[in-house]
Amino acid sequence: MESSSRRRFLKVAGISALGAGSIGAKPVLNAFAATGGGHGEEKPVIKMVPNKDSLMGTRWAMVIDTRKLTSAGDLEPMIEACHKVHNVPEMENKNHEIKWIWEEEFKHAFPGKINRYIEDEAVSHKPFLVLCNHCENPPCVQACPTKATFQREDGIVMMDFHRCIGCRFCMAACPFGARSFNFRDPRPFIEEAELNKKFPTRCKGVVEKCNFCAERLAVGQMPACVEASKGAMTFGDLDDPESEVRKLIRENFTIRRKQNLGTMPSVYYIV
Amino acid sequence: MLELALKGTKRYYGWVTGLLLVAGIGVVFWLWQLQFGLGITGMSRSVSWGFYIAQFTFLVGVAAGGLMVVLPYYLHNYKAFGRITILGEFLAISALVMCLLFIMVDLGQPNRMLNVLFYPTPHSMLFWDMIVLNGYLFLNIIVGWNVLEAERNNVPPPKWLKPFIYLSIPWAVGIHTVTAYLYCGLPGRGFWMTAILAPRFLASAFAAGPAFLVLLCMLIRKVTRFDPGKEQIQTLGKIITYAIIINVFFFLCEVFVAMYSQIPEHMDHLTYLFAGLHGHDTLVPFMWAAQLLMVTAILLLINPNARKNEPVLAVACVMVFIGTWLDKGLGMISGGFVPDPLHHVIEYTPTIPELIITAGVWAVGFLVLTALFKIAIGVKEEVMGEMG
Repeated sequence: MESSSRRRFLKVAGISALGAGSIGAKPVLNAFAATGGGHGEEKPVIKMVPNKDSLMGTRWAMVIDTRKLTSAGDLEPMIEACHKVHNVPEMENKNHEIKWIWEEEFKHAFPGKINRYIEDEAVSHKPFLVLCNHCENPPCVQACPTKATFQREDGIVMMDFHRCIGCRFCMAACPFGARSFNFRDPRPFIEEAELNKKFPTRCKGVVEKCNFCAERLAVGQMPACVEASKGAMTFGDLDDPESEVRKLIRENFTIRRKQNLGTMPSVYYIV
Repeated sequence: MLELALKGTKRYYGWVTGLLLVAGIGVVFWLWQLQFGLGITGMSRSVSWGFYIAQFTFLVGVAAGGLMVVLPYYLHNYKAFGRITILGEFLAISALVMCLLFIMVDLGQPNRMLNVLFYPTPHSMLFWDMIVLNGYLFLNIIVGWNVLEAERNNVPPPKWLKPFIYLSIPWAVGIHTVTAYLYCGLPGRGFWMTAILAPRFLASAFAAGPAFLVLLCMLIRKVTRFDPGKEQIQTLGKIITYAIIINVFFFLCEVFVAMYSQIPEHMDHLTYLFAGLHGHDTLVPFMWAAQLLMVTAILLLINPNARKNEPVLAVACVMVFIGTWLDKGLGMISGGFVPDPLHHVIEYTPTIPELIITAGVWAVGFLVLTALFKIAIGVKEEVMGEMG
């Protein structure tokens, strides 16, 4: 049952239990707190002690203010920050490409919302940041035959890299092309000096994608892209009416990708 | 009865050796794929399923096609098919073996395959597909083997077998329905999102499976002393005629809905397949060839005189088999992935290692088919011998 307890651990990581500092630190997990007692008298109680630093939410979301991001150069720091902190490899072969957050033109980010009379080149060729939408109703989670991809209580759609069998059903199910598959061992394509030892590298044959920086939220940090965005990206809890994201959504016109599919994306764009 | 598969002519051993060789080369390349990863295939981030899954889909159809001999015999008491039900069941077994192997070679981490059982997930269609495919394999082994054994011993099949036989009939429909559900329930994949996908899969299955069976029957008559029968072949011919017409009709329904509504998410895939999109048109000749083959086959088959002429029927069956294979085994999966959900047109072509692994799986399937048919025909010949 080792993997099932690991899963439980992953599930609660964001709302509890991680010692301050890093993910490598010792979790404050009072397992079997009720010791003593004979067989069957008292069930062992697993008590989670929330980390006082961890960011807690019940419906994490992101707002991207595209007015502040006008060129590829503006997006570069966010993409780099994410890919660096998550050990995303730089593949030579485009077919094997792995990306968690990247840029797309409006017509690709929002197919179906194309307006050919937007003649302004600066708008039609403006790069938009796209990433996993952490859908409230995620088709990838529905498709996965092993629950290797799952939704946490706080809305984050996560991957268990150790359970994934690499069937790629989730990739067919995702309407946003958010998922990448390790077509080969990614490790040789991560520069040794760049390696973040606090985050796992992946093996060949498994799917991966953005995790809304669950590992950073657990230690009280904002997602890496948000931190690098100089205020163009905002992260917060939709269930908190006072949160910054709710305020932005209240005060600005926002769109989401492919809303008509009913997956309820959690990434909002101010256009 | 297994011993019947071990005794044969030189030609039989030659054929088996050839298949073993192809299977062996396939295994070597599969080992390479295991070592390197699925990067040795032509699949990509955009087209994340390719030739393996396409073969799988097509072969589920061939397996389900066995129903077309089992159903008339057991539900309509059409006696003539009693002679060949075993061939339909054994064909289904070998097709299912290939299906399962194609799933296995497509997995990124096949060593974790059993996670599907350890963490059963009823909301995933792949979970149900695993159940129906293995269940159908099991049913066909039980039924086929026991019926054949009874025939060999000159006794009626055991009574307890009946429920399994009746269960296998809706189950055959189930395997292809669930396989269609893998695709047609995915939001954002306009090409597959059609309620007619499962019926269409079944129609092509009931054409392709029996077409292959007709060709096998003709071959058996040629190389063994057992004659599956003229009437049997002709009845299968009629079944194929209906099925291939319905298949083409369903396809035209799809074309109408997509092209008349002009909803881009539905229309673009068909445009890509039949005319090319943004200059990408690799599959265009194959897709037109598929339609041409199926329509020509229909023209040959609806004419009773032509159909009754066995060489013509054989040609039509080859056309049906290749046509449905191109339609489903080539266009159906790629077509759903191109353009991708972000509307990039990234084409897919299988690589040589991918084709070799595919050939290896087919060789294993033919090996199973050869052994099973050898046993079945061995029993038939024995029984014929006893009757003098």
